[in-house]
Amino acid sequence: MAGLDHQPPPFFKQGPAPLALLSFYLALSIALFVTDLRFHTLEWMRQSIMLVIDPAQRLMQTPVVMLADTHERFAGMQRLQDENEKLKHDQLATAPNLLRLSQLETENARLRELLGVKEREKVNGQVAEILYSARDPFSRRVVVDKGDGQGIVAGQPVIDNAGVVGQVTRVFPMSAEVTLITDKNQAVPVQVVRNGLRSVLFGLGNGQLELRYLPANADVQEGDILVTSGLDGIYLSGFPVAKVVAIERDSAYSFARIFSAPLAAVENFGEVMILNPRKALPERPPEAVSQPGEDSDKPGAPRPKKKRVPKKSGA
Amino acid sequence: MQPTFSSSRILLPVRPWFIFFSLCGALLLNFLPTSHWPGVPDWLALVLCFWGVREFRRIGMGWAFLFGLLMDVADATVLGQHALAYVLLAYGASNLARRILWFPLTQQGMHVFPLLMLVQLVEALAGLFAGGEFPGLGFFIGPVVAAMLWTPLTFILLLPQFQPVERDHNRPI
Repeated sequence: MAGLDHQPPPFFKQGPAPLALLSFYLALSIALFVTDLRFHTLEWMRQSIMLVIDPAQRLMQTPVVMLADTHERFAGMQRLQDENEKLKHDQLATAPNLLRLSQLETENARLRELLGVKEREKVNGQVAEILYSARDPFSRRVVVDKGDGQGIVAGQPVIDNAGVVGQVTRVFPMSAEVTLITDKNQAVPVQVVRNGLRSVLFGLGNGQLELRYLPANADVQEGDILVTSGLDGIYLSGFPVAKVVAIERDSAYSFARIFSAPLAAVENFGEVMILNPRKALPERPPEAVSQPGEDSDKPGAPRPKKKRVPKKSGA
Repeated sequence: MQPTFSSSRILLPVRPWFIFFSLCGALLLNFLPTSHWPGVPDWLALVLCFWGVREFRRIGMGWAFLFGLLMDVADATVLGQHALAYVLLAYGASNLARRILWFPLTQQGMHVFPLLMLVQLVEALAGLFAGGEFPGLGFFIGPVVAAMLWTPLTFILLLPQFQPVERDHNRPI
């Protein structure tokens, strides 16, 4: 028998009862959970713990990075030459459009000035590398290597060479967390390129996106390209987001179920571009104009209750 | 250190720094990109469970809560999700400790399996409550693998306690 532990079990000094400790820690965890979920006031705690965790996480990602590097190194001359060839070819293919871009831009600006329409915003941003994806199996998020130190703020849109990837949701001192557009309930305001129909695109969590709240007879076809509409004041308009892959029109439901696949390599590793935040949009007009004589008892009530006003006046 | 029915040799007392070191090692293992693969166990839960059973006076709910918070931040989940699961695990482990150690190693693994499954279940429920998606059944293969790893893990983590402090050449034990 191995009853020879050098310390005998404490007889008098036993500390709080296990059940009391359990209820204390359970209450603490649940309190943290609810506070973080509903009030979002624990970011300072997350930031300070992240300072300790972040170097360790980067350290553990190095084997993968090194493997990828060696693979790259031994990839061979032939493949690199092919890739170079292809890139040159692509550059030549896009050259006619690009060369005329500056001229088109000035022309567009002049025309817009003539029409009295607001100028299009210029796009600027900084390139960031995806470090790792968060281990959490419940959400689609990645961590990139630019953070507070490089001037990243929460809310900035993230794109890659094919389209929108996601949005910065949390900023740490040396890194930032990007929620992908495929994350559950991550929403992007989009419009259909073919006819300009506006809607909101929601992530489903399984790598697909769904166009919600469109009537069953909406003019959407398979293969339609969806681009950002720019109505939210976060994404600039015109970035490709997704392509419609399947449509279910069931007369039992009032809305069509429209599924689409992201155009950008959303779930892959690589380099992305974090776009600078947009200029603030002009303020929204007041939502409900109260009729003269009505609502005079509550002048400060901000909530529009248009539906109820006529009822009251009728009664 | 707990007595078991089959231990034929006297184990040295555990060194506290070794417990801490192994917990940190398990935390680092959890940071590896392999943890995305289905069937890869939650190393931290496994090691916490091991020390919770072996040394329940040293590793209790406080340490479980602390490491749970670290995992929450590393995973970018809602704070308290892992902490809640690990606290329950530590409580279960310390309650079952005196019983589990009387069984052979393979049966100990079977005793530990429900505890580890409880961790995954609590995490899944908390994740769903926080608005996440259902992670799929692959998420629940981890505890099965972890329970099978109980035997090798016991040998590895008890290795520093197997060695004698000073060997007497005249009277080798």
